[in-house]
Amino acid sequence: MEKELRLMKGNEAIAEAAIRAGADGYFGYPITPQSEILEYLMEANPYLTTGMVVLQAESEIAAINMVYGGAGCGKKVMTSSSSPGISLKQEGISYIAGAELPCLIVNVVRGGPGLGTIQPSQSDYFQSVKGGGHGDYRLIVLAPASVQEMADFVELAFNLAFKYRNPAMILTDGAIGQMMEKVYLKPQKERSATVPEWATSGKSATRKRNIITSLDLDPYAQEIHNHNLQKKYREIENNEVLYEEFDMEDAEYLIVAYGYSARVSQKAVQILRSEGVKAGLLRPITLWPFPGKRLAELAPKIKHIVSVEMSAGQMVEDVMLAVCGKTRVSHFGRLGGVLHTPDEVVDYVKSIR
Amino acid sequence: MKEVTGIKDIIKPENLVYRKSDLITENPFSYCPGCGHGTTHRILAEVLQEANLQSETIGVAPVGCSVLLYDFLDVDCQQAAHGRAPAVATAIKRLLPDKFVFTYQGDGDLAAIGTAETIHACNRGENILIIFVNNGIYGMTGGQMAPTTLEGMKSSTSPNGRDVKLMGNPIKMSDLVAMLPGTYYVTRQSVHTPANVRKTRKAFRKAVEYQKLDKGTCFIEIVSNCPSGWKMTPTQSNKWMEETMFPFYPLGDLKVPAEDSKEINKTN
Repeated sequence: MEKELRLMKGNEAIAEAAIRAGADGYFGYPITPQSEILEYLMEANPYLTTGMVVLQAESEIAAINMVYGGAGCGKKVMTSSSSPGISLKQEGISYIAGAELPCLIVNVVRGGPGLGTIQPSQSDYFQSVKGGGHGDYRLIVLAPASVQEMADFVELAFNLAFKYRNPAMILTDGAIGQMMEKVYLKPQKERSATVPEWATSGKSATRKRNIITSLDLDPYAQEIHNHNLQKKYREIENNEVLYEEFDMEDAEYLIVAYGYSARVSQKAVQILRSEGVKAGLLRPITLWPFPGKRLAELAPKIKHIVSVEMSAGQMVEDVMLAVCGKTRVSHFGRLGGVLHTPDEVVDYVKSIR
Repeated sequence: MKEVTGIKDIIKPENLVYRKSDLITENPFSYCPGCGHGTTHRILAEVLQEANLQSETIGVAPVGCSVLLYDFLDVDCQQAAHGRAPAVATAIKRLLPDKFVFTYQGDGDLAAIGTAETIHACNRGENILIIFVNNGIYGMTGGQMAPTTLEGMKSSTSPNGRDVKLMGNPIKMSDLVAMLPGTYYVTRQSVHTPANVRKTRKAFRKAVEYQKLDKGTCFIEIVSNCPSGWKMTPTQSNKWMEETMFPFYPLGDLKVPAEDSKEINKTN
């Protein structure tokens, strides 16, 4: 079956891609700017076609705990929200990471802190890649930069989540969520009939009972569990880094940017090149694991790295850790829901030459 | 007369008058002596076993004394975050509608931090069984005041007794959820005497049958004791429970299916 071409909002693309990826369940709560995901799924009513359960929960807290329950049954389940709602989900996300359950969490970021604004932002980077909830854990974090990637990353996130029994997040923003672009949709996949051996599916006579928990009152056992988690995280760091490069062959000035900022920065690189400035762009696709090794390789050849983010400077810390003083690093941010323009980025790069 | 020489002479199949359910594991209960949790676990296990539900059951226990339920019941279990068991169970039941799904929650869990999840799962009429063990106190955390703590009752966070003007009133969760159209069967029982154990077993049996009908949430409250938290002997605590807890939390059915009401009234 051929791929289908449609014009869609980023949020709608996520919803449709989830149905087509054979997701078993979606549990969500309305919040701007991501409500289209829940609305689209309610309208599509996939329960009648694929059997996918869609439920509007009473809160973000309930929604993430529904995800916990569904994931514990070995099902392909997801939730979505925007920044304040994702903060509410953090306890549940920590439990999911601790119990080693696969799931997808979508964060269509808006400006904060607090109720902030409903405009796009990238100020939830730390919360997403450093943990967010309590305890030593990591999420696999994917950062789409187009409506096409919003669709494609749903299946990628589910695959990574199940490969490592770890929660995965799509970290996007209100701009990518709300913009309309053409998107090629994959054909419908059947929902999986296989039940993972660890899932609570009802204890059969042939196996021991399955227990989904993050609790171990014995600190030594809990330490071993934590070491095992860390081992898994190192494996993910070694195997799953994704990034994209533009105009890097002879670049002297490197912009690091993800998501919407990467689109703006790519335009800025084009303008800079047309004006004779040897600029390039590295776009992390996985924010965790972060493409730090690649940045370290590039650093000695680069005069200056600029981290362009819609935040007060969060990813820039990971850039600095990666290049470890081998070159100059600075940050250029817009805050509180304001987008960069390409010209601003061009002017900033020129100012640091 | 033959002299009994050792325990092996007593432990013989012909001498067996009672044994634990196969669905209770070999792990020693971590509950305090005299606590109602052990009895409640036992009744639940017996009912699940007689209904042949071991392979069909998924239990959810959140934070509190019952957090280690999965150590004692030989069925698939999920440990939920504090208060969130009804949300966790909602998804399990919706994704595995043929399974028997129950939550097992204390009063701090269900009536304080998990109030929203409890009310909304009941209001949606999720086809699950909620077992609510109400001992009027936070047991595991060390005897703090719960939403169900009675007026004047002492706890570690109401050392001079609960002053309802400052600390609010005790909440009757069963009465509250019985008002919601989503609940199908709501009852309040206890496990402190053999007669009450029999009634609670009947209530569990009904809940097992009702879940097959897919008609809404079953909610069984067990008014129970907490000898450690109440700082009483088990016997004192049962007496105190009868004299003080039952007048405020009277035992009996709060909501019964219309078609069953005649028969249920007879059995109670």
